[in-house]
Amino acid sequence: MDTLLLRVGGWLAIVFFAFIAMVLAADTGFAVHMAIIAMAAGITLWVTINKADYAAIGRGILKAPADPGIYDDDPIRWGVIATIFWGIAGMAVGLIIALQLAFPVLNLNNEFTTFGRLRPLHTSAVIFAFGGNALIATSYYVVQRTCRARLAFPGLARFVFWGYQLFIVLAATGYLMGVTQSKEYAEPEWYVDLWLTIVWLCYAAVFIGTVVRRSEPHIYVANWFYLSFILTIAMLHVVNGLSMPVSLLGSKSYAAFAGVQDALTQWWYGHNAVGFFLTAGFLAMMYYFVPKQAERPVYSYRLSIIHFWSLIFLYIWAGPHHLHYTALPDWAQTLGMVFSVVLWMPSWGGMINGLMTLNGAWDKIRTDPIIRMMVLALAFYGMSTFEGPMMSIKAVNSLSHYTDWTVGHVHSGALGWNGMITFACLYYLVPRLWGKERLYSLRMVNWHFWLSTLGIVLYAASMWVAGIMQGLMWREYGDDGYLVYAFSEVVSAMLPMYLIRAAGGLLYLAGALVLVYNVWMTIAGKQREEKPMTETPHNEDLDKPIVGKPAIAPAE
Amino acid sequence: MSGFAEKHKKLERNVTLLGAAAFVTVAIGGIVEIAPLFWIDNTIEEVEGMRPYTPLELAGRNIYIREGCYSCHSQMVRPFRDEVERYGHYSLAAESMYDHPFQWGSKRTGPDLARVGGRYSDEWHVQHLIDPRSVVPESIMPPYAFLADKDLKTGDMVKHLTAQRRVGVPYTEEAIAAANEDLVAQADPEAVTTDLVERYPKAQVRDFDGDPDRLTEMDALVAYLQMIGTLVDFEAGEAQEQPR
Repeated sequence: MDTLLLRVGGWLAIVFFAFIAMVLAADTGFAVHMAIIAMAAGITLWVTINKADYAAIGRGILKAPADPGIYDDDPIRWGVIATIFWGIAGMAVGLIIALQLAFPVLNLNNEFTTFGRLRPLHTSAVIFAFGGNALIATSYYVVQRTCRARLAFPGLARFVFWGYQLFIVLAATGYLMGVTQSKEYAEPEWYVDLWLTIVWLCYAAVFIGTVVRRSEPHIYVANWFYLSFILTIAMLHVVNGLSMPVSLLGSKSYAAFAGVQDALTQWWYGHNAVGFFLTAGFLAMMYYFVPKQAERPVYSYRLSIIHFWSLIFLYIWAGPHHLHYTALPDWAQTLGMVFSVVLWMPSWGGMINGLMTLNGAWDKIRTDPIIRMMVLALAFYGMSTFEGPMMSIKAVNSLSHYTDWTVGHVHSGALGWNGMITFACLYYLVPRLWGKERLYSLRMVNWHFWLSTLGIVLYAASMWVAGIMQGLMWREYGDDGYLVYAFSEVVSAMLPMYLIRAAGGLLYLAGALVLVYNVWMTIAGKQREEKPMTETPHNEDLDKPIVGKPAIAPAE
Repeated sequence: MSGFAEKHKKLERNVTLLGAAAFVTVAIGGIVEIAPLFWIDNTIEEVEGMRPYTPLELAGRNIYIREGCYSCHSQMVRPFRDEVERYGHYSLAAESMYDHPFQWGSKRTGPDLARVGGRYSDEWHVQHLIDPRSVVPESIMPPYAFLADKDLKTGDMVKHLTAQRRVGVPYTEEAIAAANEDLVAQADPEAVTTDLVERYPKAQVRDFDGDPDRLTEMDALVAYLQMIGTLVDFEAGEAQEQPR
């Protein structure tokens, strides 16, 4: 009972202090955020009182102990729903801002809906809300199965889930109100950063705690990747987030570093948000779900060792390639370029290890659309990890930097690799987590596959054309020795490409909506009656020789 | 070859060892690349003319950040012939030495702004921010008409400059003490601004948004835009042609 009282008192204190901070806030953004925190703490308070196991408390324990014989899957089920919810939200905002670039009237002449405020909403929603929830949910799933142990600290695991959702809500509402540090992919202000740090350390505790409790002597390769992802993101987030608040009751802060140092710190962070959030973390997903779905062991154990250590060592050096030909010292640019090119090899090591896992099961590409998605994801991973090193070569970068080519490159990685591998994992997880025999429809997975693929092709192709065109038009000289194009002419030349890109985004979003329907029906326990994708039905009428119609005319 | 896989099994059986080894591995790159930037002297070659932002410019810069202008505009001219001819002298490291955070940007959906100061009139900027397509028909920039309607927040610039000094920007005691007044004075043509201009050489004092009765966010943003890239005198460094 004492513990319960302590908890209720704690949540009540948070409600109280958040309310006080709201009243005293120096700016509206901070006040709104404190109101959100007060509400979140209030809801938690209400749940704590209502859901308390009073019978167990009567027996002198806080809660009836969970059955150690089953895995703790509740936070994973929530995580799957959250992944899908934020995914749709983030992609929809992406489509809106893509259309804003084609039709500026869609900025709605309103401060809350301009491209400048919606763009971080899109990037954070897809990377940290969609990707982050997918990573947390799958890591909880994978670490339990590969360690043959229940989640350590179940209460903390739930706190991580809800705390992370609160982080997302604070970040997203902040962007709409213009609360931003302006550091790309690290826009949330100082107090939201502090909150994320707490949540992230708890996440590390749950993950590492579960690994410690393992029944298997070896730590499985997927967990190496999850572990390095969790540790590195903590390091990047803390260092890049260092800042000095103007007031402890206001949202504004100034970054600890300035100019050159700030730029390299930011892109050390920014590139490794790609390297560890979107690569190491998702490779961890790949290392568990691809072998499971293909029912084959991982292709090479040694390759996984080599590519794991070289990948995490090399990635961290690649940041300066975002700052080629800037005021960053030349030695740092060159170092960044060299390591980026070398990084190509461990990246492909991961792709090869994933693809070759299908050795002996290649026929499944034809019969299993989930495997097909995984293979496409790995192919796009290979494609964008070739494109990236190429773009980091200074001569190429002088053309590609500041253009839409970069945007296309990011999206072939994000839509092709991160999106597709996440969708494949969701299709794998949903029937298993909700105890269903199979998905509602496998043919709809196939629809999703083709809608997404077509969407990515339109997206990447239009952005290649747009980016190279921009780069070439900006630097084009006429015979008279003057620049040929005004900047505005280059802008207007982009319209067709921006329209094609938006169409690609729409197709990709449509594919994700097919997933929503499919998952919804699966959880509802329905099974669609459809022709199986795996068998060719036997046709008695055709199973005989053809008579009376010679195929070839007889010789004279 | 089987040796290293055997040895690796030690790491695979011990999460502390594995975590520590992974952490050391990922820490190296950042330490080697970033840390030297703080002590190698020629990272930022000193140039004459650089000074901290005036309170009004700083307020304008904060609006620039708030609206996410960096999403589409870079502030970093690269040393290429076409960029130097299109935008102006390439950017120097020293020019962003007081930028917490930096605003170099990563995408040019719109043009670079590192040398935009003084290139257009105040009226052009105000008109362009209110309705971009009225002055540049091809533009796809969002309209920022609300800036002209919003009063600039005054009264907290002392706190802002104090926070700036804590991260290393060399504001003097008197500059901090006068920050709130300086903010208002810079956009007020009637105000006595000898101290302000002495504290911040090359500071431009006038009403920026065409509405002298009010101090709006438009005033601050235009004041910032009009000073970007104007502090360093590049003409002084140019080769002097000898008359024949």
